[in-house]
Amino acid sequence: MSKRTVIPFGPQHPVLPEPVHLDLVIEDEKVVEAVPSIGFVHRGLEKLVEKREFPEMVYVIERICGICSFGHGWGYCRSVEGNMSIEIPDRAQFLRTIWHELSRIHSHLMWLGLLADAFGFESLFMHCWRVRETILDIFEETTGGRVIFSVCKVGGVRRDIDGEELKRIVDILAKLKDEIKKLADVFFDDYSVRNRLCGVGYLSKEDAKELCAVGPMARASGIRQDMRLDGHGAYPYLDFEPVLEEGGDSYARCKVRIREVFQSIELIAKAVKRIPVGEISAPVKGNPSGEFIARMEQPRGEAYYYSKGSGSKFLARMRVRTPTNMNIPAMVKTLQGCDLADVPMLILTIDPCISCTER
Amino acid sequence: MASFKIGKVIIRNLFRKPATLMYPAVPRKWRELTRGHIEVRMEACILCGICAKKCPTGAITVDRGAKTWAIERMQCVQCSCCVEYCPKKCLINRNEYTAPETRKIRESFEKPAELDGI
Repeated sequence: MSKRTVIPFGPQHPVLPEPVHLDLVIEDEKVVEAVPSIGFVHRGLEKLVEKREFPEMVYVIERICGICSFGHGWGYCRSVEGNMSIEIPDRAQFLRTIWHELSRIHSHLMWLGLLADAFGFESLFMHCWRVRETILDIFEETTGGRVIFSVCKVGGVRRDIDGEELKRIVDILAKLKDEIKKLADVFFDDYSVRNRLCGVGYLSKEDAKELCAVGPMARASGIRQDMRLDGHGAYPYLDFEPVLEEGGDSYARCKVRIREVFQSIELIAKAVKRIPVGEISAPVKGNPSGEFIARMEQPRGEAYYYSKGSGSKFLARMRVRTPTNMNIPAMVKTLQGCDLADVPMLILTIDPCISCTER
Repeated sequence: MASFKIGKVIIRNLFRKPATLMYPAVPRKWRELTRGHIEVRMEACILCGICAKKCPTGAITVDRGAKTWAIERMQCVQCSCCVEYCPKKCLINRNEYTAPETRKIRESFEKPAELDGI
């Protein structure tokens, strides 16, 4: 048996500006064990519910993460709305779904770019981010913010998108589809890309299930798990079937995310076709006093929002569990037995968002 | 065949405009809804302090005694919460972002004296 060495990896490391620390136990060039530690950017947002009134807390919750900000806002609003038994108008549900799916496209394109950067394909990274910029422009035009939208509120949404604007978004996305197809071809067929991704970081279906993997990580291992199936928002009207891959390796995870980008474009087109006219928000009366759990499918996987009302303007307790939190055990599993050079890329394949995880 | 493909790409890239904006030569276009910074119309403000109470970051301070409305520019996250709650609609969201600064700035506005007594 060769000598074992421990290599500290992070919190500042070459893949992403997120502070995750790993102690890698190395035997020759192979990783035998990885011990993760997080907690470098803990901000204590959950404690803030005691000081911020529940309608204003949406702004704070949205700022948990810059990429899935809309999903966080929506998840929190759903938990408070469930708490207060508020019926949301259908148009608001459709608008929320459209914004959420746009967030998914932008998150996945960002991830694809970062992945390309992690295996050293700089120009592909630039192209992914160039395409993503169009989505950010759509956000700015429809919500006023490029990253944090502040359109979701308890009871509905703040802004409406008119019919013409919605059609324009669908047209832009149809054009974008061709561009993304070109990028997808490189990810799917390029020899060097396949060389870096195929068979790397294999996670079997049983392991994924046992380690409670969520989102694209679980779906790439063949587990049909998607919180959009639970019937919230406009998803029940959109005939939606989650993207599944059987491979379980980095290539399958990449494939799931690319296919989800196309799926989101289709979902938005369907939502625009079926969006009803009417109110965009319901009146909010009284204060939350019960308990409610809402589960959302964020771009990175299942997120969980718990709220407990106190009968006053301030919630008694608020809890957010983010997808990265659930994917860390699966990440550690994929790291066992991999090459040291593949570590940065494998960390990236779970699409980690440490600031989400630590709140 | 591959060289033909690459040649085409190279020629196209040579004559194509850059994907990024040539800032500052080309100014950035602000969208209609862009949340840039908060502006206050002091002549309409009644110094009720609702904006200060509702602000998620506590960036706004209203002093009724000194008749001033102040905002910490660095603390403001442009969420438009104050604009929404303002009963007199004297807070406006402007498109332009504030200029970058190296220190924390606190801008204070005083209520014009001639409009006292509202």
